[in-house]
Amino acid sequence: MAVTHDDVRHVAELARLAVDEDRLDHLVAELNGILGHMDALGQVDTKEIELAAFAPSDSTPVRADSSGPLKMLAPLASFAPSVKDGFILVHRLASHEDSSDRAP
Amino acid sequence: MNASDFASLSAVALAARIGAADVTATDAVDASFERARSVGAGEDSLNLMLWSDRDLALRDAAGLEAGIAKAGKGGRLAGVPIAVKDNIATLGLPTTCASKILAGYVSPYEATAIVRLREQGAIVVGKTNMDEFAMGSSTENSAYGPARNPHDVRRVTGGSSGGSAAAVASGVVPIALGSETGGSVRQPAAFCGVVGVKPTYGRISRHGLVAFASSLDQIGPLARNVDDAALAMEIMSGEDPFDSTSSSQPVGAYRDQFMSIATNPAPLSGMKIGVPEEFFPENLDPGIRTLCERSVDALKSLGAKVIDVKLPHTPLAIPVYYIIAPAEASSNLARFDGVRYGLRSEEAKSLRDLYAITRSKGFGPEVTRRILLGTYVLSAGYYDAYYRKAQMVRALITRDFGAVFGDGVDALFTPTTPTTAFPIGGITDPYEMYLSDIFTVTANLAGVPAMSMPIGRVAGLPVGGQIIAPHFGEAAMFRVAYALEASLGPEAHQ
Repeated sequence: MAVTHDDVRHVAELARLAVDEDRLDHLVAELNGILGHMDALGQVDTKEIELAAFAPSDSTPVRADSSGPLKMLAPLASFAPSVKDGFILVHRLASHEDSSDRAP
Repeated sequence: MNASDFASLSAVALAARIGAADVTATDAVDASFERARSVGAGEDSLNLMLWSDRDLALRDAAGLEAGIAKAGKGGRLAGVPIAVKDNIATLGLPTTCASKILAGYVSPYEATAIVRLREQGAIVVGKTNMDEFAMGSSTENSAYGPARNPHDVRRVTGGSSGGSAAAVASGVVPIALGSETGGSVRQPAAFCGVVGVKPTYGRISRHGLVAFASSLDQIGPLARNVDDAALAMEIMSGEDPFDSTSSSQPVGAYRDQFMSIATNPAPLSGMKIGVPEEFFPENLDPGIRTLCERSVDALKSLGAKVIDVKLPHTPLAIPVYYIIAPAEASSNLARFDGVRYGLRSEEAKSLRDLYAITRSKGFGPEVTRRILLGTYVLSAGYYDAYYRKAQMVRALITRDFGAVFGDGVDALFTPTTPTTAFPIGGITDPYEMYLSDIFTVTANLAGVPAMSMPIGRVAGLPVGGQIIAPHFGEAAMFRVAYALEASLGPEAHQ
């Protein structure tokens, strides 16, 4: 299952990564080199394995639905770029309407 | 006492003296910063510390002293300076995961582990260097340059908790926190000659630990001796409502057994310790093999019955780990998109551009490689062949441990690493670097506790011996480690 240039472009798109075309050869070679070592797993007999049997017994604990919000130990305004009515304001994008009205 | 006197004190001894008002927390913090200066902890030398704030630490020390004056006691870590890996959230200091994408980020809350240590009087003096997002085995993948090994500055510290291991090894702090996903506490502990613990999965809350691979991640302590590591474990362990994977299993009093071990000529009598042959391959460094054999002889002389055991799926651990961990990372790191944290591209003209440009500028080469790898093994057409298959082989690895421990074995003894610390820049092939975790990743995949401790040196470089125990078997693990440490004596550190 050799990784191709198109595979890397596709995966980069899925992962929201901008990959330069001149780095593609290098990345294809690297990923193929790494994944080549993974092929050993294909030789292992796993027919009898039931994955659910290996989940820890307490991996999905049920508890009272009573937790309150996480207590912020620093005031909101000390780490958010801008706060309005208790909400954090994030930057506008240039492509958004009214982008000249940047917040903050 | 001067700074080097402080540097030779254990955390237990230092807390006792501060609690008794023999020395002050301010003295201890001052000594830590003086030690950092004298050993060259900064970027122009060991490069082990990324962020520190002397005034903040001194304010914390003054607050603690006021508490001691009022209450007459200061907690089990009263005034003890600690260093914290840069992927664990702390108030007042940045938490950047040594990545440009989180440059300047200061968390509005603290990790549960930090809160618990502070409640016992610990004082955070700085955030330590690490491989970016804990992805690496040498601390060379930091956006702020590699950390250097205090025993030989031309060599790596190991990773990804390399700065924390170096901070303990160089005497800047007696205890530091690291995090484990595939050996990131134990491997640098071995390379730097200190004790490092990977707890049972769920033993310590992950709340406030920046997620890398959530089914594997655990916070763990690094310390100069077993007693200090056990104390930190006792304090940090236990259920936490902010982490649904934290366990409600009662936390053991690991240190209570130490006094009787010290006075018992055969403290491991009745214990069965397994030595798995897969951890002693033909190409194991002969010096490391000799030191492990010496430790096994010591375990026998301490009364343990030592037997050969098999963990047959161990050679598959690296392929399994480097499918599962990148897969989980590709999901966890999706949150770093330029909107909510740190770096943000100013040249993007669309939302998609904002994500892609920010992430490509913010992540380093190893993180990018693992996100691509993880996305690939999760993508349509490859999920079954890679991710699902890796999970099934992970189950076989877990079953190997279950079979050995179910057969009455109390703990396993192995080398921590196949080599000593390698030269900075000495390994350039990604998969060759991954192989340096070959003896540590199985414990993460199976979720069992494991620790590394110094067992001697080869050509002047520290060597770690690893003790692995069954799920929530930390008490037995510490029993073996404490007895072995006492038996090997100071020579193991030299």
